[in-house]
Parts: sequence; structure tokens; C-alpha cells
Amino acid sequence: MSMSNNRIVGKSVPRLEGRDKVTGASRYVDDMELPGMLYGATVRSRIPRGKIKTINFLPTVNWDEFAVVTAKDIPGKNCIALIGEDQPCLAHELINHPEEPILLLAHRDKNLLAKAVEAVSVEYDPLPPVFSIEDSEKLSEIIWGTDNIFKSYLIEKGDLENPFKKADRIVEAEYSTGAQEQLYIENNGMIASFDPQQGITVWGSLQCPYYVHKALMELCGLPEDRVRVVQMETGGAFGGKEEYPSMLAAHATLLAMKSGKPVKIVYDRMEDMAATTKRHPSRARHRTAVSKDGKILGGEIEFTIDGGAYKTLSPVVLSRGALHAGGPYYWPSVRIRAKAVATNAPPHGAFRGFGAPQSLFAMERHMDFIAQTLGISPIEVRKRNFLRPGQTTTTEQVVNEQIDLGKLLDRALELADYRAKKEKFTQANVSADKKKGIGIAAFLHGAGFTGSGERYLNSLVGVETCPDGTVRILVSSTEFGQGTKTVLCQIAAEALGVRYEDVSIAQPDTEKVPNSGPTVASRTVMVVGKLVHSAAFAILQTLRSSGLLGEVYSPEEFRASCRQHVAQHGVFRSLSRYRQADDISWNEENYRGAAYAAFAWAVYIAEVTVDLSSYSVIVDDFVCLQEVGRVLHPVLAAGQIIGGVAQGIGFALYEKVVWENGRMKNGQMTNYIMPTSADIPPIRVFFEELGNVHGAFGAKGIGELPMDGPAPAIVNAISDALGISFNSVPLLPEDIFEALSSNVSHDTMPALADSKQ
Amino acid sequence: MNDQQTATKSDVTLVVNGKTIAVRAFPMERLLDVLRTQIGLTGTKEGCGEGECGSCSVLVDGALVNSCLIPVLQVSGTHITTIEGLATDKRLHALQQAFLDFGGAQCGICTPGMILAGVHLLSKNPQPTGTDIREGLSGNLCRCTGYMQIFEAVADAALRCRQ
Repeated sequence: MSMSNNRIVGKSVPRLEGRDKVTGASRYVDDMELPGMLYGATVRSRIPRGKIKTINFLPTVNWDEFAVVTAKDIPGKNCIALIGEDQPCLAHELINHPEEPILLLAHRDKNLLAKAVEAVSVEYDPLPPVFSIEDSEKLSEIIWGTDNIFKSYLIEKGDLENPFKKADRIVEAEYSTGAQEQLYIENNGMIASFDPQQGITVWGSLQCPYYVHKALMELCGLPEDRVRVVQMETGGAFGGKEEYPSMLAAHATLLAMKSGKPVKIVYDRMEDMAATTKRHPSRARHRTAVSKDGKILGGEIEFTIDGGAYKTLSPVVLSRGALHAGGPYYWPSVRIRAKAVATNAPPHGAFRGFGAPQSLFAMERHMDFIAQTLGISPIEVRKRNFLRPGQTTTTEQVVNEQIDLGKLLDRALELADYRAKKEKFTQANVSADKKKGIGIAAFLHGAGFTGSGERYLNSLVGVETCPDGTVRILVSSTEFGQGTKTVLCQIAAEALGVRYEDVSIAQPDTEKVPNSGPTVASRTVMVVGKLVHSAAFAILQTLRSSGLLGEVYSPEEFRASCRQHVAQHGVFRSLSRYRQADDISWNEENYRGAAYAAFAWAVYIAEVTVDLSSYSVIVDDFVCLQEVGRVLHPVLAAGQIIGGVAQGIGFALYEKVVWENGRMKNGQMTNYIMPTSADIPPIRVFFEELGNVHGAFGAKGIGELPMDGPAPAIVNAISDALGISFNSVPLLPEDIFEALSSNVSHDTMPALADSKQ
Repeated sequence: MNDQQTATKSDVTLVVNGKTIAVRAFPMERLLDVLRTQIGLTGTKEGCGEGECGSCSVLVDGALVNSCLIPVLQVSGTHITTIEGLATDKRLHALQQAFLDFGGAQCGICTPGMILAGVHLLSKNPQPTGTDIREGLSGNLCRCTGYMQIFEAVADAALRCRQ
């Protein structure tokens, strides 16, 4: 193979679908029209909890012109099948959140829909709602199961009694994070068409074609070959199009079945923000036994997330949160109790990081709090506790890669010019109206599904030969900005020794591509990429064993042999199925073992200015240093990091969901504020590349990692600037104002104090 | 929307990407909808429908506007440039090429509006500073890129346009 002078992996080849995106030629779901198509709309609950008494259709609308669907029209199960089946597709009797869909309408003229939605009058018997983690825990109202708990986990390592006896100090604090809207710029949208013989086809903006496929099979009681799901170009997702597209597809499908016509539903911004999923609000409590030189002896961590009204993905979000709760540190003993509770808000769901940004915010704020309590530096406290090769994580997974977190931290400090700045700021802050601070976050992020997850997913990937001598990748893995198509084509081209241009990738369509699993959990390049590699390699072996290709060949010779092979034998499809490596073993019962096949490691450093006249925070500089295995595409990889950091800045400083009776009150881009181009500091991206035996060409997951670090790094920097401990995000100017007003002496910590004086 | 049912349609003539186009539309119909549904130019995207995100940006007589806020009658007789009008003879505009080279487009939904905002900036200010670029694009939201690679693309295009 002519690999040495034909390296594609590691180079920034052009984004595969880039030309269509910059010319406006890409086809998103709202760009698609079908003949005779109707437009659909959703009638939603107006109360957070209760029972439906009656549904009345006011005579102001000519109802004969509308297709109307209620729960009674559902042919199969009235649920959106995911992990559980508790979330109804349409409320039948009970209302559990204020955006619960009750009824669906469709009409040829979309301008008539808003008025029709208003003309459906629903009467309710209200029930007392539950809106917070604390209210849910009180159990004064049971809104889910017998105890309002969707799922709980217990992670235990070592003996806790002794460390707390021996500790010089016990450091306790509580941390919380708010809901966050994914705010992809393309709202959720779906088109469904139904044919009694062929079944259902849906086209939509989505991350996981086979999740939608499964949900529609259950909903309609149809076999798998009569449900087809096609992904259109998708205008951002970030987890926000992991689960809700199944709901939307279900709704469009029911209207298409009822009306006999294709139906399009595209949410407007306000409906998308209010009704679809957001990041889980969280609360974390740390109680840590430490020695006076800053060593963690043991700790208790309670991690609780607000799941909203239905179980949906909360168990898995909780799992990832719990597994990251100990950060990149060695805990000789630890007890992590995690639970997801029910409230009467729309279900919270997947958003980049998936529980880890919440629990890591607490961990990294807590490290600074420990440092402050002991009077040592944030650098030292981290260095004394960093995980080292050979040590074990909270789940007793042995760190078997040669990561040196101390070195990683040192390099980040150097890149950020930390020490000089820290000294300068400390001096200048004494008299300045604009206080400057600098903060660190060290963290890790597990790539791929947790524990045995990848084994259950059992992903299948195909690569096939084409008549023109090129090859085509067949996966259900979707592109929504990350560069899935580009990187998978790079991997196949590299494996085959052909040009990047000689590889194409099929549009995700459940009729045509095998189930390579959902496009989530930073698993695509690492897990699916590895399968693409092996499926591609099998094509090479086939061409060689058929005598059409020698040991050494040019890309042109490969194409010729491939063309010839198709002419002689027809299209050859090589399939590769996931097989868990022998050294990855996980005990689901007691939550012990290898939680992830690989971790990415990172140190981020934020520099901020807090203006004491406006209480606003400006991030002046942001250094992100990470070890993500091999970087397969430098431009795309940097794009993932920068984009994730920008969302993390929003999570930390701007993005506040204002709740009113379980409903998002500020569901507009006017009043839910995400960072603009004027708010973004220089985000400086640096990589270390250790490699990874479990990933294609040594890659690890990368997409979620950058979401974990910004919030703690920024809040650590603000706390550094002001000498006040802030333990909650988003941290808005009014919060800073309030803390400064109530905190007369800047030297004391307002949080739960150190309890063992 | 109710107004549209009672109002009558008017004839409106627009020059879109250099071509004169006559449409019949309700006076208050959004330019965005007319472009997308009547003229078939779906490259202009709707993100928020209230002028916050800039995804629907187009150039009207060289000015950058949110087409979701513009009633079509108001732009009768004007020259409109959409994303489809930037590349000539399959040759990309320097800024489109720079978006490809520097990773300015990820999911692509803000890209048409963002590129038009960049083209507008460069037309007014051919040698923008970093701050000029940040401010010039601040009416266009991007959730994927964190903007940095877009800044690089605009700076590069400025350089290329000067050469």
C-alpha cells in the first residue's frame, strides 16, 4: 500500500458536504415539499399537572377542513419508546407537564393553524404540581412511580469511616447548575408520509434514525420493513435531536395516517424552546475528607438531576454524571449517590456532555474550595490528587494509558501565562474597579456508551464497492455539523489507500444503511470509525484474494480493480460488527469496572474581568489543552473544541431558563441569550496526542469534552477575582451584584463552611 | 396572519440575484417566505422569525437585512442578493471558499446568512480589524463554531479580495 505518501488521516481535507452548505444548496427538512402536503400543529396542555375533563372545538373554525388526531387514533402503543415507555405520544387523560401534547391538527394552509390551535378548548381538573428537586424529594405529591425517582445509582469504593476520622479537615459544599437550551439554529422539523402498502416514511432533522424507527414501530404496530426513517441535512443538534424527533415523527405520522396526505411539522422557535428537551438542572453535594497538605482521603458525593415529567434519557444522563462526579482525581475511598427525580416540567434530555458538565462543575469548584480552605494553591491541590497510570477511578477502572495530568496542567499554565497573570491580578485588583481573575478546570470525558452500552448497541457498519470503482460507507451515524461524513470517509480512504474523493457515504436512511447506533456520546469517530476501518479493510482483502489487486498499488489501480470486481461479482458489501475488547469489563449491578473504553483528558484555563460598575463578566482569554487520542482532522477537531467552549461560556454566564409553573418563560432568542461573536474571547486550542487502541487510527471521542470545562474554569476565575465563592451557574450580573451586596467582607466564604474547624 | 386572508395579493417585482422576478404576494408576506416558497430559493434559512439570529439575512440594495422582518411590498423594485447569487459560474466567492478552508461552516444552517453578513462587512470595510469582524457579524448567531473559525475565514477572504 502506498500509505506513506498518501496520508489522509490527520489532514484537514475539505468538509464533504461543505460546498453545499456554503452555497445554500443543502436540503434541510423545511426545504422539502411533497405534493399535496399538509402542515401540522400541536395542541398542548396549558397546565403543569392534572386530568383532562373535556376537549371542545370552538365554532370559530371550520373543523371539516382539518385533520384532527387524538390519542384514540394511535394504532399501536401510545408511547414514545426509548429506554422506558412512560412518555405518551398524546396525553389521553393525565397531564404531567405544561407542554404535554394533547391533540394534533393539520391543514393545507399553515396560516390557519395558529387560530385553530387556539380554538381547541381543553378543560382540566388540576392537580398540585412539583417544580423543583427539593419539592420532588419531599414526596408530598407522588408524580412518578412510588417515590418520584426515575433511577438511582450507588458507586462505592473503599472504606469511608476511617478517612473521615483521620481527616485534618472535612470540606463540604453544595453546587447547582441550571437548565440549558441546545439552541440549534434549525428548529425541530419532520415530514411523514403514509402508504397502506409500503408503510411510513419520515424525513427529518434528527441524530438517531433508528431511535425514531423503533418509536414508530411501537406507535403504529408495524414491522421494521414498513417504517423508513431518512435524515435530512440537520442544522445543529447537540443532543437536542436525540430523542424529541421521535415525538415529532410520531405526530407527523399520525396526521399523515389520518389525512392520507404527507404532513410537515416544523416548530417555530418558541415551541421548540418550550416543548423540547433541555439540559438537566442539577444539584451536587460534596463532603470531602482531606489531609492538611491537600490530599483527598475519601469523600461522599450526592448528585441529583431534575428529569422532568418522564423518564426518557434521564437514567443514562445520570449515569454519565455519576461516573464523572469524581473528576480526574484519585479517590482512595468514595461513595457517590446519584438520582434522577421527577418534576412537572417537560422532560429534560441529552445535551452535549450529558450529565458530565453538571457533576464536573461541582467537582472543579470544590477543588478550588478545598484549596482555599487549606490555604494551598488550586494548582497544588489538583497535582496532589491527579489520577496516575495504574491507579483506579471511582469505579475501580485501572488507568492504563500513560497520561501525565501534572504535565498537562503545567503546559496549560504555561500557555495561559498563569503564574505571571495571577501575581499581576492580585496586585492590580486591590485598587481596581475592574477585577481580574484566572481559573483552572481539569477534567476527563469518557468516550462512547457507558459500561456495557456499546455491547448492547451491537453496532453494524457497511462499506460497499460501487460500479465506478469508488467505495461507499453505509452507517446510520449522522452529520449535524461535527464532520461525521468527512472523518468517516477519511478513515475509509486511509484504510484502503485510496484518495479521499474515492470514498462516499450514504444518506442515513433505515431502508439502506445498517444500524451503526445513535450519533451521541462522542462515539462516532472512535467506535463507528473503527468499524468503518475494519469493514474497509475487508474490501481490500477481498480484492487481493480475488487476484485483482497486488500488495502495492496506486489509488487508480485500486479503482480499476474495484470496478472490475463489481463487473464480475456485483456490488460487494463488507459488514463489520462491534465486538467489545476483552479488557473492557463492567458490572452493571454494583457499578464497578471499565466505565468507558477510553477517556479524553483536559485542562482549561479562563481569564476574566468583572466590572464592578455593571457586574458583567468578560472572558478575556481561554486556553484549552486536551489529550483526545489522535486528531484525525485538525480543523474539524478545533472546531469541535471552540464550539463546545462557546456553549460552555453560555452555560456559565448567559443562558438562563426562566421557569414559570414548569414552563419556559423566555423561549425566544430575544430573552434567552447565547453568546454572539462579540462575546467570545480568543479560544486557544492545543492538543496532546497519546493515541488510543480502541479508536480508529488512535482517535478518542472529542465532541462532548469541551462542554465540561468552561463553566468551572470561568466561575473559578470569577471567584478568584472577587474573593467570593460562587457555586451555581448560570452566573449572571444580578447574581454577582447580590453576592457582593450581601457579602460585606470579601475574605469569607458564604457557602457551607468547613465543618471541622 | 389573519390580515392575509382578508387582504388581496399585489404584484411585486424584485431583482433577485440579477434576475427580474414578478410575484403575486400579500403585501405583508415576509420576504423570507416569498424567497423560499414562491421563488424556490431555499438557501435563505429561518432560525427565529424575529430578527435575532440573522439566519435569514439577505442583501437588499447592498444593505444587510433580516428577511423575516421585511414585508415583501417594502422591497418591491429592489436588488436582492441571496446565498444562491454569490458563486458565479460555479466559482465560489472568496468568502465561501474561505469558509470551506477554515471550517467556518459546521451544521450549515447559519452559514448562508453568516456569509452574506461577511460579504456585507467586506463591501463596507475591505480591511476589517479583528474587532470590526466580531462586531460586523454580531447580528448573526452561530451555535456550532464558537465563531473563531468564521473570523479566520473573513480575515482570509479580506486578504484574498485585496490581492
